[in-house]
Amino acid sequence: MLSRKVKSRIYFLIIFFILVSLIIFLTLKSLEENVVYFFSPSEIYNKADISFDKKIRVGGLVKIDSIKKNNTSINFIITDLKKEIVVSYSGLVPNLFSEGKGVVAEGKLKDKKYFIAEKILAKHDENYMPPEVTKALENSNN
Amino acid sequence: MFKKLFPNKILSLTNKTINSLVLFLVIVLIVGLIYSLLLSPPDYIQGDSVRIMYVHVPSSFIALGCFGLIGLASIINLIFKIKFMPMIGKSLAPLGCVFSLISIVTGAFWGKPTWGTWWVWDARLTSMLILFFFYIAYIATWFFIKNFEKANKTSSIVGIVGVFNLPVIKYSVDWWNTLHQPSSITLTSAPTIHYSMLTPLIIMFVGMTIYSLIIFLMKYKTEIIKLKINKKKDFK
Repeated sequence: MLSRKVKSRIYFLIIFFILVSLIIFLTLKSLEENVVYFFSPSEIYNKADISFDKKIRVGGLVKIDSIKKNNTSINFIITDLKKEIVVSYSGLVPNLFSEGKGVVAEGKLKDKKYFIAEKILAKHDENYMPPEVTKALENSNN
Repeated sequence: MFKKLFPNKILSLTNKTINSLVLFLVIVLIVGLIYSLLLSPPDYIQGDSVRIMYVHVPSSFIALGCFGLIGLASIINLIFKIKFMPMIGKSLAPLGCVFSLISIVTGAFWGKPTWGTWWVWDARLTSMLILFFFYIAYIATWFFIKNFEKANKTSSIVGIVGVFNLPVIKYSVDWWNTLHQPSSITLTSAPTIHYSMLTPLIIMFVGMTIYSLIIFLMKYKTEIIKLKINKKKDFK
């Protein structure tokens, strides 16, 4: 039914699609280290070739009851519920930074368990709720 | 439905149809805006900045959807050489371009109070910026290449290559660690948005889709008329 011209164009496009998908897949795969915005504490723990003088980002949840503030700096623990990293930071934290919530810290590793941050970003999760619902949820949990 | 887009059919699109669509749009937008700006509750941690979502999410959806359609029109255009296919792409491009820009700008306004930064180079934000550039490239091929056949071919290739970016945008939040949160509305599980926020979001989405449809139909009709005029000129 389809003419030969049309058929050859379809074959061409199919091959084109497969090749471009492959190119994009391979490019993204090899650039994965740069595409990820942050590493989790477990990923840092498992990473063999980690650099201590390059800026990296660590992300996870702020461990509950781990925030310790003094005059100039703030210390807290980032956890992914498997591994933990202690973060030290001096400066202002975003409003949404709080215990039990997501956070991304940018800075340098001192060692695999200790991180000196230069910038703190709060990470929001995919849950959207009115305040009353949160209260109701907390009450039902207690 | 699709047959209505045929060149001869689109010319019978009267102002009456457009006007009734506009009336519908005004009603939906008024309801949607009142619901999202006044009636819906603030978020438990974001506070009132959650209201930016009611514009941000529909804009992003429409920006992605428009490019998906451009890609589809480009593929059909390259295979079957149907004359009105590029006109569909040409009419959708400015629309999607504006909505991708709105998505990026509202996202920045939301990011500042929530994350503490306007912009980060994470996978979702970067791929969305790339989509915006693809729109610019698509529009630019039509703008700068004067020969119709050449412009048609080049823009179709831009349209097809840009389609590969769409799944990257969609799944970037699942494939890699990003600062941007994952989708709240998925096909497989219950939405993680409370219904009091989901309802205004859906109303706003419907409203902005109708707006896009109106703009598209008007632009498409103009493009078809232009095409017919140019054809007549060629014969003389």
